[in-house]
Amino acid sequence: MTDRRVTLLFASITGLTVIILVVIIGYVMVNGLPGLTLPFLLESPREMGRTGGVFPAIVGTVLLTGIALIIAAPVGILTAVYLTEYTRDTWLPKIVRFGTESLAGIPSIIFGLFGFLFFVIYLDLGWSVLSGALTLSAMILPTIVRTSEEAIRAVPDAYREVSLALGSTRWQTVTSVVLPSAKPGIMTGVMLAIGRAIGETAAVIFTAGSSLRLPRTLLDSTRTLPVHFYILAREGISLENAYSTAAVLILLILAINIAAYTIMDRLAKKES
Amino acid sequence: MRRGETLVQWSLAIVALSAIAVLALIIIFIFKEGSPIIARLGMVQFITGTKWSPTRGMFGILPMIVGSVWVTLGALLIGVPIGLATAIFLAEMAPSGTSQILKSAIQLLAGIPSVVFGFIGLVILVPLIRQWLGGPGFSVLAAGIVLGIMILPTIVSVCYDVLKAVPQAYREGMLALGATRWQTIKMVVLPAARPGIIAAVILGMGRAVGETMAVIMVAGNATRIPVSPLEPVRTLTSNIALEMGYAVGEHREALFATGIVLFIIIALLNTLARLVARVEKV
Repeated sequence: MTDRRVTLLFASITGLTVIILVVIIGYVMVNGLPGLTLPFLLESPREMGRTGGVFPAIVGTVLLTGIALIIAAPVGILTAVYLTEYTRDTWLPKIVRFGTESLAGIPSIIFGLFGFLFFVIYLDLGWSVLSGALTLSAMILPTIVRTSEEAIRAVPDAYREVSLALGSTRWQTVTSVVLPSAKPGIMTGVMLAIGRAIGETAAVIFTAGSSLRLPRTLLDSTRTLPVHFYILAREGISLENAYSTAAVLILLILAINIAAYTIMDRLAKKES
Repeated sequence: MRRGETLVQWSLAIVALSAIAVLALIIIFIFKEGSPIIARLGMVQFITGTKWSPTRGMFGILPMIVGSVWVTLGALLIGVPIGLATAIFLAEMAPSGTSQILKSAIQLLAGIPSVVFGFIGLVILVPLIRQWLGGPGFSVLAAGIVLGIMILPTIVSVCYDVLKAVPQAYREGMLALGATRWQTIKMVVLPAARPGIIAAVILGMGRAVGETMAVIMVAGNATRIPVSPLEPVRTLTSNIALEMGYAVGEHREALFATGIVLFIIIALLNTLARLVARVEKV
């Protein structure tokens, strides 16, 4: 094949990939945006979600994701600090890295099974905000560790050397020089993790349950947006509200991901 | 000050061990819950049994294992060629501005929740298959296509990075010898990038095997071994998610045992990926 023809072929395949993306997002938006009104966002669902809004599901999603982040972000970032700043090539970091990589490959349904057995039953937290958030935090931990590690590694060694030469301890260097420089990169990772947590269904449905009521305590069951969407669509409760719920979900995730990649781009530009 | 630093180091080490602790807890709890029924039926009986009928106490997951394999192969058949071609175009052919924009757009595809993929498959793809190819529409084919699209971003971004890592001198040498750009890609760049591309495929495979919600919505979920791509199918992950809500006793144990089989398959794939990565480094 000639160069021109190959390029044309590969360009069309790339075009196909992009068209698929546009069709998926476009289809949901066209069908979902008309129903996406302020009352839809702020009202409680009625008749199992056939009418009314998605307010409790928004609250559930924010609570689950927020608490998961409060747990996973510090653990993940400190793990990354340990792996980059505090280890020589011993057995301990190898085990830590093995654990993180393995965890990253585990399917969300397995996290769901585990969360159900461990948090819901064994620790007796029941189907609750807390069980769901703890399960999600385990699931997003590897993403945070990996991206934070990359961000911390990208901090030039000269920064550390100057700080150490001025008499700082290693920990002071980490807190006052390394982490501030790595902050945008770490933020990107955390935001990607939020995006993953918001869209998760399988790990959440068996741990947080699917109650439509507004959770009053962390031990109440709740339902997240993707779970609400799944139930509406699969049980054929209301296609219209399913589309609108999907539209909320996609807009939320797109906003977070675009923000994350914008930070990353700005970083790349600053470096070059 | 020295002592303070040692304290910090050990505290960090303890925090860092939480990932491995979670992994250990996952293994312990799922194996503890699922292994009794495997021990009772026998592993061979459990994974080669063709009848899944919890109400009659029959627990054979061969249809689901075959289902997962079919659906995953379908996903690779669709996702790998399209993904690789897209990555080659973006890394080797497109002007860098265009390439950056398209690459970010494709990364956004990765952010769409799996339930939404499944739903789009359900409302667009399933009726199309039913109308044009026959059968119920809910099928191996539908699940393969949906999963193939879902693994695209993974395949594209990993392959892109791998292609970009091939040294520029390789290309220049080839071009200086009078090769065309496509000859250069085919004979030098792709062979040099092969281990990384294989790793990308294995990564995509892991995602496809583990995906649950999207598959449930388009696969039809029948517990028979499918003989054509147009027949409905149930995967290991769907089997767990569909019945977990109401299963009790032995039935529930069998679902956790399904989880064990899934876990082992994923662990094997991860090990394979690690081995490929090691070969690449040598």
